[in-house]
Parts: sequence; C-alpha cells; structure tokens
Amino acid sequence: MSTVQQRRQQYRALFKQNVERRLLIDKIVRIIVFACVIMAIIPFGSILVEVFKNGAAAISIEFLTQIPGAAGTGEGGIGPAIQGTLIIIGLASLIGVPIGVLSGIFLSEYGDNPLARSVRFFNDVFMEFPSIVLGIFAFLVIVLVLGHFSVWAGAFALSLIMFPIVARTTEESLKMVPVSYREAGMALGLKKWIVTLRIVVSAAKSGMITGILLSISRIGGETAPLIMTILGSSQFFSNFDVPMDALPLRIWRLSLLPYDSAQLQGWGAALVLIIIILGINLAVRYFFMNKRRKYKLFGYAINGSR
Amino acid sequence: MTAMTEGSTIDMTPVIDSVSSSTIVEKKYKMIAENVTVLYGGIPAVKNVSMKFPEKTVTALIGPSGCGKTTFLRCLNRMHDMTKNAKVEGKVMIDDIDLYSKDIDPIYHRRKVGMVFQKPNPFPTMSIHDNVTSGLRLNGVRDKKILDEIVEDSLKMAYLWDEVKHDLHKPALELSGGQQQRLCIARALAIQPEVLLMDEPASALDPIATQKIEETITELKKDYTIIIVTHNMQQAVRISDYTGFLYLGELIEFRETKKLFTDPKNELTAKYVQGRFG
Amino acid sequence: MTQRKIQSESKRKPLADKIFKIGATIAGVYVLAIIVLMVFQLFSESYPIWQESGFEFIVKTDWNAVEGRESFGVLPYIFGTLVTAALAMVIGVPLSIGIAMFVSDAPAKIGNPLGFVVELLAAVPSVIYGLWGLFVFRVYFRDWIEKPLNDAFGDSIWLFSGTPFGLDIITASVILAIMIIPTVSAVSREVMKAVPQQQKEAAYMLGATKWEMFKLAIFPYSKTGLIGASILGLGRAVGETMAVTMLIGNATGASAIPSSLFKPSQTMSSIIANEFVEASPASLHLPALIGVGLVLLLIAICINIVAHLLVTRMLKIKEGAINN
Repeated sequence: MSTVQQRRQQYRALFKQNVERRLLIDKIVRIIVFACVIMAIIPFGSILVEVFKNGAAAISIEFLTQIPGAAGTGEGGIGPAIQGTLIIIGLASLIGVPIGVLSGIFLSEYGDNPLARSVRFFNDVFMEFPSIVLGIFAFLVIVLVLGHFSVWAGAFALSLIMFPIVARTTEESLKMVPVSYREAGMALGLKKWIVTLRIVVSAAKSGMITGILLSISRIGGETAPLIMTILGSSQFFSNFDVPMDALPLRIWRLSLLPYDSAQLQGWGAALVLIIIILGINLAVRYFFMNKRRKYKLFGYAINGSR
Repeated sequence: MTAMTEGSTIDMTPVIDSVSSSTIVEKKYKMIAENVTVLYGGIPAVKNVSMKFPEKTVTALIGPSGCGKTTFLRCLNRMHDMTKNAKVEGKVMIDDIDLYSKDIDPIYHRRKVGMVFQKPNPFPTMSIHDNVTSGLRLNGVRDKKILDEIVEDSLKMAYLWDEVKHDLHKPALELSGGQQQRLCIARALAIQPEVLLMDEPASALDPIATQKIEETITELKKDYTIIIVTHNMQQAVRISDYTGFLYLGELIEFRETKKLFTDPKNELTAKYVQGRFG
Repeated sequence: MTQRKIQSESKRKPLADKIFKIGATIAGVYVLAIIVLMVFQLFSESYPIWQESGFEFIVKTDWNAVEGRESFGVLPYIFGTLVTAALAMVIGVPLSIGIAMFVSDAPAKIGNPLGFVVELLAAVPSVIYGLWGLFVFRVYFRDWIEKPLNDAFGDSIWLFSGTPFGLDIITASVILAIMIIPTVSAVSREVMKAVPQQQKEAAYMLGATKWEMFKLAIFPYSKTGLIGASILGLGRAVGETMAVTMLIGNATGASAIPSSLFKPSQTMSSIIANEFVEASPASLHLPALIGVGLVLLLIAICINIVAHLLVTRMLKIKEGAINN
C-alpha cells in the first residue's frame, strides 16, 4: 500500500459517522422552510376568506350606491366612497402619469450625465418616503394655502406616490427597447422627439402601461395621505374644492365605530376595495407580465399601500 | 469480446499487460458504468453507455460539442440529482457498490468521487485554507492540526503548496485562474477520494497553467483513478491511458488511447480524430 | 441656395427637439424640487415647536395639548416605531428567508405560483390588514397567546405584563411582520437566485446535503444582499401607517413608551394619523405633529439609503467573482 493510500485510510478514519445526523438535519430544515411558507399563506388566505365572507353579507345595490346613514344604524352605503376612490385615482393619474412618463423618458433618453444620475438616485429615495409625510406636505402646500380640505390636495398627494414609480418603470421599459430602433429612426431623418415618442415609446408601451397600472393599484389602497387632504365626507362628490370620501378612508372610519353594523359595512367596503385592487394586479400580471418575464422586476418595486 | 451496436465497436476486452503478453490479466476496475442513460425532460442526452474504468489510470472522454460527455461524467457522482428535469437510468458501480441503488445513501459514497469543474469555482468568501477544508468540515473533522496537515498534503498533491504556503489565509479569489483551478483540485483531493472526475479542467486556462494541470494529473494517476472530459485531442493523447469517444449520446469507441488515435476501428472515430468534424 | 439651407439646418438643433428635451428635464428635476420644497416646508411649519423646545423635542416624553400647559416630545413615538419595526423584523425576516429558500430551490411549477401569491400579499392595502387584524387576528391572538402568556408569566416577566386586550405592540408587530414578508422574501429570492450554479455544484460535489449547500455556497455569497433585503423591510415597517394605527392601541406621552408586549403604544406615523385633523393650527399641537413627520422622514431616508447601499454592494461582489 502506497503512502498516499495509507494516509488516505488514516484520514478517512477521522470522518465522523455523521451522515445519518446530517441527513436528519437536512430533513428538519426542509420541514421548517415549508412551515414558513405555510405561515405566510395562512394570513393571506384568511384575509381573502374573511373579506369575502363578511363583505358579501353587506353588499347590495343600496350599499353600493347610497350615502352613509346615521352611525350605528346600518343604513346607507358607501356610494360616495366608491365614487371618491375612482375620482381621486383618476385625478392623481392625470397629474402623476405625465410627470412620471416624461421623467422616465428623461432618465432613459437623456440620462447619461450627472444631473440624470442624481435624479435617478433621488427618485429612488423619494419612493421610500412614508406616505403620511407626503400627506402632510400636501396639507401644507394646498390645504393651508387654500384654507380648506379639498380633492386637489388628495390628488396631489397621491400623484407624489405615483410619479416616481411611473418614472422608474417607464425608464426600465424604454431601456429595454434596442438601440437599433432609435438609430433606425434617426437614420430616416426623423427628429429625436418624434423618434422617442412614436418609435421608442410605442415599443415600450406594454411595460409602461404595466407600471402605470401597478402604481394605480398602489394608490387605490392608500389611506394615510388622504386623512389630512380630502378628509372624508358623507356626501357624493360636488366639486374639487371640498372634502370627499374614498374607500380606504371610509373603511378606517367605520372600523373606529363601536357598532356591529359599522363593522359589517367596513367589511363590505373592504371587499369592494380588494376586488378593485387585486383585479388590477391580476389583470396586469396575467396580460403583461406572463408574456414578458422581464417585467417581473416591477413586482417588488411597487409594494404596499400604507 | 466486442459489443456491436449500429456501426460502433466497443472494445471491452480485458487489458493485456504489455510486459507479459502470454497472460491475460484482468485489471481491477475502479468504476464501472452499465447501461447509463440520461434523459432531460424525456429527451435522451446519453444513450445506454457502458464503460469500465481501470484503477489508477487516466481515461479521457472525447467527442464533439453536445455529444454527452459532460452529461455522462456527471452521472458518475450523481451530480444530476441537482438538475431539475434530469432522469438517470442504469448503474454506476464504484468498488462493486451501485451509486444509484435505492438502499445506499449517496453522500457516503459520493465522498469517494471528487470533481473539478470547467471554470475554477472556489468559494469566494473563504480563504485558501478554508476552501480546502470545506469538505472535511462537512464530515466532522475539527482538529486544527489534522486540518492543517491535510491542507498541506492536498495542496502539495495539486502542485500549489509552494506558491501559497506563505499565506494560506489569503482570500481564494486573489489567486490567478490556474492557481484557483489547482486549488479546486486540492479541495477535491482533501476529502480523500479514490476517483477524480474532471470536466475540461484546463479549458479556461492559459497554456502554462494548462501544462501545470496536466503535470498534476500525470502525478495524481499514481494513486487516483481519473476520468477527464476534454475537447483537446492532443491533451487526451498526452495524459490519458484510455479514451472513450462519444457521439450524439452514444459510446462509439473505447480503447487504449494510443490505439484509438493511431488505429481507430470505427469510421466515425477516424473522422473525428482526423479533425474532419468537431 | 439649397446647399446653404441644408448646411444651416444641420447645424441648428431642431427647436422641437430642444423643447422636448427641456420638458423632459423639467419633469426629471421635478422630484428634486419636490424634495427640497418638502423638507423646507416641514421644517418651517414645524418651526414653532423647535423654537419652543429646541432639541428637547426629540428627547421629551410629554404629550400635552391642553392650552397653557402645552408640551410635546417625540421620543415615545420614536421608540414605538423602532420597537414595532424591530419586532416585525425579528418575526418577519426569518420567515421571509425561509420562504425565499423554499421558492428559490423548488421546481418552477411550484415555485413561481407560490412566489406570485406571496407577492400578491404586497398588494393588499394596509387598511385592510388593519381591519383583518382588528376583527379577526386580534381575537385569536389575544385569547390563544396573549391571555395564556399573561396568566402564566405576567407577574414574573416584564415582557408579558399588563392586561392583554389585543391592541398593543405585539399585535401591531405581528401584522407588520406579515406585511414586510413580500418585500423581504422577493428580494431575498432574487439575491439567492443570483448565486452562480457552479458554487452550488462545488458544495454538492463535496457531498453536502441541501441545507449544507445553503450554508456553504448560498448564504456566504448572498449574505450582504440578504441584509439589504431585511433593511428594505425595515424601511417599509417604519413608514407603515394604517395597520399599525388600528392595532397599536393609541397611547400618548410617556405611557406610550414601549414597556411590555401587551401594552398599547404609539408610533410616529400613528400619532399623526390619529391626531392631525383634530389639531388646532393656532396651537403648538400641529407644529409638533409636523415635527414628528419630519423626524419620521429623516429616519426613513437613512434606513433606505443603507439598504440600497448594501444591495448594490452585493451585486458588485457577484460581478467580481464572475469576472475572476
């Protein structure tokens, strides 16, 4: 037996007979890891089940179209809240989407300079600003200045949440368009702004729409910035200069009331809200993200209405 | 004794000891692969390949890209357990124990087979010393003296000791490509295997580093059974004792290297070694 | 004449392009302007409280809005925010890493739908988490966990003292933990997936079990990124408002300082949510709340900058290893 073989035997003898133990530890870890998954699925499942179960009991045509009744009576509905949510989302988008898209174009097409780099950095930082602070800001620059709570303030606050998201998703979508598209346009003698808008943006359309829709779903569930801007109301929308209701606000206010009937209405409002939001999310993922896996990144960039 | 399958000739005769030609001596086979088939999602990448690897020899596996030589190599230490969608059929015997049998646990026997990959892959967060001992620590060896001993032993066998002995706690990534590859060889040797599988170990290295690796292999074969996949035919001639030629997942010819290259029995082999296709 | 026209045209940049570029640039710097304006406004509108208390505002624990005896301090709420966020991390990060381990290693058929479901968790609005927490989770948690623990250890261990009603630090923290799971697990999963296959193969070759492969090849490699993912989760927890407001019990002043898991408390965002619209702008109350917002903003920014640095650093290490 050569020395190598001798040494090999010698060293092998030192290997502990620990294979069984190692396999056992491996198995235990597998179980723990699976348990983690279950522990995440359970709350999600419970939330869906409870919202649908309890909320369904509250839903009716009256509930969806009437104004709230006196507290505790169980009468009335969340008509103004539904209307308000749709209005505030629409108005916020009107403000936030153009800014976001143009900003995304800036970052992508004119983005190779120090200014753009700092814009990109601060854009990312801004996305993490707590939304209640954005609400305070909107309160200070609009509510205090105009002297009353208003829809403008709420829409402005929500637009602040929207535009950085849209900017980032727009930038990423535009960057995915091959350089050759731009070169081809230029070679045809087209001016840069036409090339950008009609060729590049066209190609990046689905990514951009994905980003916009996901940011809409994000602001639809936002409550904090609305507290001190649109305040909430029991009336349908009349004009932009007065308070208005919205689903998340109404849910919160209902949850604070000590009546069972209010609780029930809260579940009903939650059901409507979750259908809208999950609906947008699922539609986006089904239509856009499934086919192009590259947009997967948007998923965790856009998380959590506060 | 030959096996004929559709235009292929596989020479499985017991190797004749060149010194005394009058006796037919059965060399001991360290590893035997029997009817190995690998399916990726139902599509066969390796079809019914059988080979016997005599101990303390170097066997080269050659063939054009995609012929299944790497896939086959990975069967020999059950690497495909890691691959999703891969199904392996057949037997791989090491010292008469079938690695794929249901009753044995692969961990215990995979320790007998070390592997070196195409691109050097030392653990980036570890030092040279810790890289070499990584397999040992898995097996419960804690004694610092013993670990240091084995580190020195393995690095010497991999021809790396002299270059790194002054600073074993340097991060492994600070070594050059060729050094990293020898480090990977040392890491594989540290767990005291008997068989070494090498998947084009020098293809990512410069000629000088390649030469060092080849020298290492030639030394190592005195105590280890080595199976090496290579696309470099000159390398196969330089270092191997036996060569197996694979094509489209099938074993076409398996003979002593000299014989296969100078007098290939199969037309396909002849075409390949003459460089008619690659 | 045509030649001169072409020459002069090609020298001038088309006006339309110039306008477009200016427009895009304005949109780009809009965010910079907003940030500057915001910080300025927050500081100037909260100035009365800084003028009144100076730096003490940050360390005082009073919270008294009664006219004539006004005194405000944000310290209890800083503690509230940090404690709930820390607890959320302690509970949520291990769960998230476990989920990421499972999803990154499972076959695509199981892993992708599962990852998708976890990400959908992120789409649920905070107020609905609060609603569910308030009317469903709290009841079970109080009866099955809080009451027994309080009965058994309430007197001996300060952590479990108090009268458990369910609206307290631990309930808020658990819901918060659930809310950060999608973020932390999604980023962790990406970070773990970024580990090169060859690393895993090397570990496997040495005879490692799957768990040992994680220990040898995946965790050391992705450690920095996992920490970054956790801090991203921390950032989210700090900024979280509605669910916490609905579950933390609304204590104010010194009694809001976290002293037991089963006692109510208050975070910076929840005090704002609870009191902002009632606060009279004439008093110090509103400036104090705005001051709380400013402090919250600064803390959130710091946390997120650290998180981003860690995640990008991990990506640089990965590139370095591959290029070698």
